[in-house]
Amino acid sequence: MTEPLGEAPMQRERAITIYERSKEGRRAAVLPAAEVPERPLEELIPAHLLRSEPPRLPEVSEPEIVRHYNRLSRRNFDLDSGFYPLGSCTMKHNPRLNERVAALPGHARLHPAQDPRRAQGALELMWLLQESLAEICGLPHVSLQPSAGSHGELAGLLLTRAYHADRGERRTKVLAPDTSHGTNPASVTMAGYEAVKVATDERGGVQMEDLRAKIDGEVACLMLTNPNTLGLFDQNIAEIAGLIHAAGGTLYYDGANLNAVMGHSRPGDMGFDIVHVNLHKSFSQPHGGGGPGAGPIAVSARIEPFLPRPQVIRRPEPGWGQGGGLENRRGQSGGGAYFDLDFERPKSIGRLRGFQGNFGVFVRAYAYILSLGGDGLAEASETAVLNANYLKARLAEGRAGKRLPVAFARHCMHEFVLSGAPMKRELGLATLDLAKRLLDFGFHPPTVYFPLLVEEALMIEPTETETKESLDAFAEALELILAEAERNPEIARSAPHSTPVRRLDEVRAARNPVLRQPL
Amino acid sequence: MTRYTSATPADRAQMLAAIGVDSVEELFEQVPEPLRLGRALELAPGLGEAEVFERLAALADRNADAEEQVCFLGAGMYDHYVPAIVEAITQRSEFLTPYTPYQPEISQGGLQVMFEFQTAMSELTGLPVSNAGLYEGPSSLASAAYLAIAATGRRRFVVSRGVHPHSRETLATYAEGFAASLVEVGLTDGLTDADALAQAIDGETAAVLLQSPNFLGAVEDIEALGATAKRHGALLIVAVDPITLGVLKSPGECGADIAIGEGQPLGNRLDFGGPSFGFFCASEEQIRRMPGRIAGETEDVDGRRGFVLALQTREQHIRRERATNNICTAQALNALAAMVHLAWLGRRGFRELGELLVQRTAYARQRLAAVEGVELLHEAPVAREFALCLDAPVTAVLERCAERGIAAGYPLAREYPEYPDGLLVAITERRSREQIDDLAEALGAALAAERLGEGVGAR
Repeated sequence: MTEPLGEAPMQRERAITIYERSKEGRRAAVLPAAEVPERPLEELIPAHLLRSEPPRLPEVSEPEIVRHYNRLSRRNFDLDSGFYPLGSCTMKHNPRLNERVAALPGHARLHPAQDPRRAQGALELMWLLQESLAEICGLPHVSLQPSAGSHGELAGLLLTRAYHADRGERRTKVLAPDTSHGTNPASVTMAGYEAVKVATDERGGVQMEDLRAKIDGEVACLMLTNPNTLGLFDQNIAEIAGLIHAAGGTLYYDGANLNAVMGHSRPGDMGFDIVHVNLHKSFSQPHGGGGPGAGPIAVSARIEPFLPRPQVIRRPEPGWGQGGGLENRRGQSGGGAYFDLDFERPKSIGRLRGFQGNFGVFVRAYAYILSLGGDGLAEASETAVLNANYLKARLAEGRAGKRLPVAFARHCMHEFVLSGAPMKRELGLATLDLAKRLLDFGFHPPTVYFPLLVEEALMIEPTETETKESLDAFAEALELILAEAERNPEIARSAPHSTPVRRLDEVRAARNPVLRQPL
Repeated sequence: MTRYTSATPADRAQMLAAIGVDSVEELFEQVPEPLRLGRALELAPGLGEAEVFERLAALADRNADAEEQVCFLGAGMYDHYVPAIVEAITQRSEFLTPYTPYQPEISQGGLQVMFEFQTAMSELTGLPVSNAGLYEGPSSLASAAYLAIAATGRRRFVVSRGVHPHSRETLATYAEGFAASLVEVGLTDGLTDADALAQAIDGETAAVLLQSPNFLGAVEDIEALGATAKRHGALLIVAVDPITLGVLKSPGECGADIAIGEGQPLGNRLDFGGPSFGFFCASEEQIRRMPGRIAGETEDVDGRRGFVLALQTREQHIRRERATNNICTAQALNALAAMVHLAWLGRRGFRELGELLVQRTAYARQRLAAVEGVELLHEAPVAREFALCLDAPVTAVLERCAERGIAAGYPLAREYPEYPDGLLVAITERRSREQIDDLAEALGAALAAERLGEGVGAR
């Protein structure tokens, strides 16, 4: 039985910033001597281009810096410390091996402009990752360049634009379900299209009548997440793909939920033309408190000519490769081949960012794929689906089953959505209150108030790396909180009680923004 | 069971029973049969940790990194020394493994780091507002341009050819979606042509985009160049190298409305180009149009100081198609690395590092220009990087230097065909006088060998 935390393990002292710890004369860095004949700065750079006062950075010693940030770290909840069932975020274990291999000097200190002949290991790794993602997605071509899921979306829409322009067409609209991630419509606007919502049917899928009504010659693309944000696989996907293709549009796969289907079903086989993959979700890159990630895209042959520049390619050019003996998925050896950056792509949409992408993330993702292998990835998805359905079943019992009914009563994939509407009606407890009370029990809450079409939504994604025990403990915590609320809802309404700070005044932060330390 | 999952056969049986199905396959029956893969993925079977390590180490061994070769490559990313505490702090689970701080009560550490980072970037750039970070440099420039459309209602950008080619290319890619047009202004003697720039700006110009030091290393007079932009009501957007801002006049002081840049020089590894972060600072007027996450200070119900994600009504998860930008990644861990590095340098160290770079760069520039066959590509003032012209094919010279263990610089020809013999050389505090002297010698020898028509490797 989980008990609420009696004592706060997190730092609760008043927040002090590094600037407030600053004291004139303290320092940490000792820089090397110039070693060269020094000249007055004004002789080297005209005085009017020079700065009179240096930026007011803190003056602190190294021990103070270490203590300051260690204490700050203890004011964070993190995946390594507890269950983090944040829906659509895939908070799975981040293997430390991946950190170790990413930090190898051959990766970490490799300059991005290094001559490709002297960066063969890095380019081969990128090529191997491309090949692996192509196989997982069921689409032949991959660009690793996009920096995040939303960047992949923008890339996909610009690819769609280029694809249509190449055919002499100019289309204006992009469709996405009302359950879609907010980034979808935001990306649509940035790509210069009008975002059009498609309704959801009683089974949580795309409402076919609404879709048919909205598809016309102006539609450039339909963006879908499958399984969708309700954690449900859209069984009409083949028909949907047929409709959008018949109308000349592209079908875009938001890969946020790929963790449900790896090795079981592939977006390419479902009919998708463009897929983004969140390496920070399905492929175990740590989220870092809000980045970094990476959002490679996999595309069909008709989209390939437009992929961003440069593209990592393998040239059959014996003599350059040093024969690492590495095997790709088709069992070919990397030895004897030469890996290169291809800039000669006349139809390319161009660059999406500097250099070649978030290589450090690629190293981690590739290490993860090597660790699990094809069978392991399939098993990961299987266990993610098992865990989600088990937790859903557990929460259908007892108080949760009554107060927090599942939004769509069918088997889910890797996540599911509950509605807190009865809880709010019957106990006066909002989903937000429940989420805040969970903090006192040492759990990160689920995603709340999303998707928008479920009232008082709680979106729960346990991932495959959680034990049955942690799922049971979470179910028990919800039961306890609901029982407690029946007696005294005020405890949850005023929660959290044990965290470094309690509920914060967000209105004040919006009305009177204080966005930096006054110095 | 893989080593990252833990459902035992007994667990599975219990869980399946609780769900009320006989097998996991039943759960996958919601995927229509024709769409089920029905075969194993064509990927190799999983490997043990030691084997994976060996595979990755073997790949890493085939790269000439900055430990193996003395690195004079720059072009936006630099081989600076990253202090040990950066790794110690960024590898802490509490910073490494959380998601975006949607639950502020248990994310005060990360949110306060964002607030401290915003303060530091605001100080560096001399602009009052900073966000918590964007993907990287070039896409930050494109996001700044997007803001300018919203702020001015205009769709024409005037861009200096001194802006990083990756930034200009990225802007051109994004501009297809923005339905915006670009006008490029060339360089004269290494600097943006001031007359051509003034002529290119008009009442339809949404923004003028400059970079200082520019891609050729030259320090631009932003204040003078920006005056015409101001007169026409266009925004002045300036890309800066943050490591130079201890010495160079800040974009804010020069009248910039927005300063953006590549953050890698601050506490981030080279990582073959990423992940790093982009920064985005602006004037007060632009606060509600800013892209990305922004942390703000507030109080909790007990009056205790705390931090939250502020101004979220700008963002995609609330505003959807009317969001100021689609970005929701702050590169928080990379921004933390920058903040720790900046605290480690401190007020005086940051200034000293900037001065050190200027002095060593001046020395290296003079030393290399004295080599036979080498000329300066321009004589404009520089801070940490400079451009040369060689009297022999650059790729051949680079290859000869590489054989002596030196990555001598970045060839300009691909992106600047007007400088077919151009070479960009970058200096960091890790490049000692001795290494600079070695480079001069290697360049001299390589050029001499080319003159004599010796084959590579003929020594």
